[in-house]
Amino acid sequence: MNAQTPPAKLSPYSSSNGQVSRIETHTLSVLVDNEPGVLARVVGLFSGRGYNIESLTVAEVAHAQQLSRITIVTTGTPETIEQISHQLERIVPVHRVTDLTLLGATVERELAMIKVRGKAESRTEALRLAEAFRARVIDATTESFIFELTGAPKKIDDFVELMRPIGLVEVSRTGVAAITRGPVGM
Amino acid sequence: MSKMMTGAEMVVQALQDQGVTTLFGYPGGAVLPIYDALFHQKKVHHILVRHEQGAAHAAEGYARSSGKVGCLLVTSGPGATNAITGLTDALMDSIPLVCITGQVPTHLIGSDAFQEADTVGLTRHCTKHNYLVRKIEDLSRILHEAFYIARSGRPGPVVVDIPKDVQFATGLYTPPKNVHHKTYQPQLKGEIAKIKQAVAMMAKAKKPIFYTGGGVINAGPAASTLLRELVALTGFPITSTLMGLGAYPGSGKNWLGMLGMHGSYEANNAMHDCDLMVCIGARFDDRITGRLDAFAPHSQKIHIDIDASSINKNVAVDLPIVGDCAHVLEDMVRLWRAEAHPVDKKALQAWWAQIDQWRARKSFGYKKSDTTIKPQYAVERLYELTKKRNTYITTEVGQHQMWAAQHYRFEEPNRWMTSGGLGTMGYGLPAAIGTQLAHPDALVIDIAGEASILMCIQELSTAVQFHCPVKIFILNNEYMGMVRQWQELLHGGRYSSSYSEALPDFVKLAEAYGMKGIRCSDPSQLDEAILEMIDSPQAVIFDCVVDKAENCLPMIPSGKAHNEMILPDADEDIGSVIDDKGKMLV
Repeated sequence: MNAQTPPAKLSPYSSSNGQVSRIETHTLSVLVDNEPGVLARVVGLFSGRGYNIESLTVAEVAHAQQLSRITIVTTGTPETIEQISHQLERIVPVHRVTDLTLLGATVERELAMIKVRGKAESRTEALRLAEAFRARVIDATTESFIFELTGAPKKIDDFVELMRPIGLVEVSRTGVAAITRGPVGM
Repeated sequence: MSKMMTGAEMVVQALQDQGVTTLFGYPGGAVLPIYDALFHQKKVHHILVRHEQGAAHAAEGYARSSGKVGCLLVTSGPGATNAITGLTDALMDSIPLVCITGQVPTHLIGSDAFQEADTVGLTRHCTKHNYLVRKIEDLSRILHEAFYIARSGRPGPVVVDIPKDVQFATGLYTPPKNVHHKTYQPQLKGEIAKIKQAVAMMAKAKKPIFYTGGGVINAGPAASTLLRELVALTGFPITSTLMGLGAYPGSGKNWLGMLGMHGSYEANNAMHDCDLMVCIGARFDDRITGRLDAFAPHSQKIHIDIDASSINKNVAVDLPIVGDCAHVLEDMVRLWRAEAHPVDKKALQAWWAQIDQWRARKSFGYKKSDTTIKPQYAVERLYELTKKRNTYITTEVGQHQMWAAQHYRFEEPNRWMTSGGLGTMGYGLPAAIGTQLAHPDALVIDIAGEASILMCIQELSTAVQFHCPVKIFILNNEYMGMVRQWQELLHGGRYSSSYSEALPDFVKLAEAYGMKGIRCSDPSQLDEAILEMIDSPQAVIFDCVVDKAENCLPMIPSGKAHNEMILPDADEDIGSVIDDKGKMLV
């Protein structure tokens, strides 16, 4: 998912060799000890060093070993993203950092709940589109629906855009969870 | 031996088991139980500082000069916040510290209790790692882990925040064993294939240079010995950062002097023109590189560092080697010897001839005077009169620091304690006290400025109380000299707030603290006065009244490249050399 965005702005004081690097979007998986403050360390690293966070999810994934998995979607030049990985590895309770985007074959999913208000024709239109996107209705009133939609972030973006003219009220998204394809784990 | 004891006793027991003999600290409500435990024993000697920042810097000086972990104990709230400057300083310069902070009891945490501060929150960004100990069961493990993390890999400060109820609680103490930390295991050995490749690149180089840093010092004395061996084997020139001085002797024949913003002309030009740069334990800091897109443009770069995040951070390198400098240097020396690498002798000769031409510019030169003491002259004389002694030098931050780095020559590692990364004024006096306590019989001199020294001046009491005969050698030009210099260069000579108004009489100040005070303003009497300082068994403040307007040169103006240095004999208006973009930089 190497987004084609404008090249990084080059200042004579920032980058070497005059090479212009493109801004890319990467998904990082970070396995950490589930201890107090570990999320603050990760988030603080991003704010302290001026890195971007597009989305961040965290939850315990192995209760017995008290391990949590943090999935971060970030943007930057390839050099910046390499730096981010190394900086994350320096945090003491971090076990492993994997750049899933570099690995290539990964699956990314996000869950969203989307509230849409409308009457008559717009309700049928919303339901028709929901069916096409395989969104489920999880709450309905005479003048509203809440859809639940799981998929790649792009699919959710597209659905939200379609709902906007119909009567989009609000969206709640979980952020991206990601995992590599194939039999091998992190 | 595992044993039941209180949390406070565990702290003291852990310090003893970790080999701590000197602890810098300041008591307060939230650490009283620990102070009580200290009262009952003799192994850990407590040094009462006069401000917690002083405790941190003293522990830094102790650590940097001895290679051990420095240790401090401070109370909650203001005790912890006062230590933060020192912790940040240690983080930037990779100094191993363990800082124990008291905390309000666990049931009061979050209630804005008296002297409560979120110490782990505040210190998260200025420590290598930190802990809040919530249960007595975790305390002994965390204390030992803290020492392991502080000293392993790239060293750094670790905070252990202990609530008062945990200090009173009773639990089972477990002694340190060789803990295999579950996540933190730094890589010590470099990849051998890469080291082979590095050696091959070095054998082919026509214009090579070693660029070394504080990492070599941190890797222990063996690393410095190996570095000297490698330099002798290859015949390559060597320069170093401010933090790396002493790893290679200042009198060594391959030594080019320090590089960077106030480095030597030959070191900076050799860096700019080299075809192979071998960076060992340095981090391409902005004071070193100058303008990045013009940094060593024709070179291949090898970078050896224990911290993978230092590699490719500021400068992209061709061959990164992650590992401890001592281990990698050992392999390099072995491989170089084993394969009897033929260097390009002719090319190296031409390279040295070029370097000698740059050297001939004598970039550390200055105009001598019979009437006023030039600060460079003062450092030169101090060096000449102390070089045969067992001397350790600390500094504050500013012009005097750069003059010390330029004109004092270090023959051994761990002899030079200065605040490099953070640039902390006030570092030098407490660091000198820490250094003196680690080396009671040595001559410890803080080369200071009259402005910096006032930032931690209260530590004079500490020096006197604990019989530390430190010598504070103030280059007194009545200005915050580096600020004044930048105002002259960049702000049209408008010396906004940089004049040291209302200075104390330093001789009387020394006497007020029960020390000796010496003042000298006459170059012809300087030697005699310095000898009087050295020979005094007491702590001394030496008020060396120097030229007020001297600038620290040579200098790479901000935003410029290594080969655009301003030399002391330059006639050009230095201010006009720096463009608007350069002015934005610090």
